[in-house]
Amino acid sequence: MPEFERLRWWDTLREHVVIAIVDYRAGNLTSVRLALEHLGLPARVTHEPGEIAAAERVIFPGVGAAGSAMNNLAELGLTDVLRDVVERGTPFLGICLGAQVIFEHSEEDGGVDCLSIVPGKVRKFTPSDPLCKIPHMGWNTIDLRGTHPLFEGIENESEFYFVHSYYPAPSDPSYILAETEYAGARFASVLAKDNLAATQFHPERSGRIGLRLLENFSTWDGSC
Amino acid sequence: MAAKISIMPCLDMQNGRVVKGVHFVDIRDAGDPVECARAYCAAGADELALLDITATVEGRATMLDVVRRTADAVSVPFTVGGGIIDVAAAEAVLNAGADKVSVSSAAFRNPDMIRDMVDAFGAEAVTVAIDVDRNSELPSGYEVYIDGGRTATGADAVEWAKRVDGFGVGCILPTSKAGDGAKTGYDLPVIRAMATAVNAAVVASGGAGRLEHFYEAVEAGATILLAASVFHFNIVGIPELKRYLKERGVDVR
Repeated sequence: MPEFERLRWWDTLREHVVIAIVDYRAGNLTSVRLALEHLGLPARVTHEPGEIAAAERVIFPGVGAAGSAMNNLAELGLTDVLRDVVERGTPFLGICLGAQVIFEHSEEDGGVDCLSIVPGKVRKFTPSDPLCKIPHMGWNTIDLRGTHPLFEGIENESEFYFVHSYYPAPSDPSYILAETEYAGARFASVLAKDNLAATQFHPERSGRIGLRLLENFSTWDGSC
Repeated sequence: MAAKISIMPCLDMQNGRVVKGVHFVDIRDAGDPVECARAYCAAGADELALLDITATVEGRATMLDVVRRTADAVSVPFTVGGGIIDVAAAEAVLNAGADKVSVSSAAFRNPDMIRDMVDAFGAEAVTVAIDVDRNSELPSGYEVYIDGGRTATGADAVEWAKRVDGFGVGCILPTSKAGDGAKTGYDLPVIRAMATAVNAAVVASGGAGRLEHFYEAVEAGATILLAASVFHFNIVGIPELKRYLKERGVDVR
């Protein structure tokens, strides 16, 4: 096959992987995939490093524990490609556990070294109020610090659905796009810098507003 | 600050259709589950519950299809219960797109199943439903029933809730046999006792008939308010309920 034709063939293949949903055996990805399908956005659930590298956009979801997540990422050979796509400017959206393992370190599972894409660590909630149960599970409001293309058409103080026992604590405050209060902590519920964005909440389970965020992600060019 | 109180309409399902049992026996047909789910979301439901009361194997396959179609139609978390006899059945329901599974009789008979599910799917994905009825001979005054409320176990309901909580489940859902479908109010003492005894979120279930009943359940310590008939037959509307709770200082979406 002549070189130019092979390139063309490769380009058509690339076009198919518009959004890659990273599958690293960290919980159920069905609802993320269905939410994107519902919006008519072609997405591919994949653990192939090549597909993730070639995707136009990457969603890095996940529920479960940081320790097994990091083990799975290492086993599947995905740690480098995730760092690379963020480095190269691919629009990137971490969700829930995917918003945690991008940090340097998590307090979960007795302490786990993570991907070190975002400076800082992930801390455990230590509630003094017995009404603040762990996990933080349910709807809560976010307090936006600024504007961002992902929140186009979404009002400040909007409500999103959370499920987590640990929270992101970036050491560089310029990563904090929104904060949420729970169990005596005011934590970074949305992180954003350059082409990287991450939400501690589940946009795919946050009703119409959450779908709006995913739709915004699908057209975001990665700039702020 | 705590999370917001969630309103959770429940669709009781049989053979792929929505029904509502009153006192666990009398059943009325009330429509297509996916349409109901969509309507509830539009009305402001924070979560949904689908409870399958079908007993047959064919019914199970139908239910998985309903779960798939519901997952496609809604964008709020939903819990599926009924007929989840083992970890594999729970996995099938979660893979079909449910966010949480609710187990009851099978978990009572085989408590290890609860730990296995928490390990496999995470605490937040696991709800344990406990059917209860009053029994003054037990320390808490409540006894655990299984098999859809037909079999008394002799076990103390609050003790069982504590044991379940020890496995680290996300939610515990006590349903009072006397109150279910009767619209005379949630069984508040059992909600209060469980909410004090466990770390898991307590879901109030069974008996809601008026706005006040929901407020009482919040005061008793429930953080998720489940109801079927009142929503189904539009005796209480979700927007109206949220306004009412907000006026009383309850934090709702």
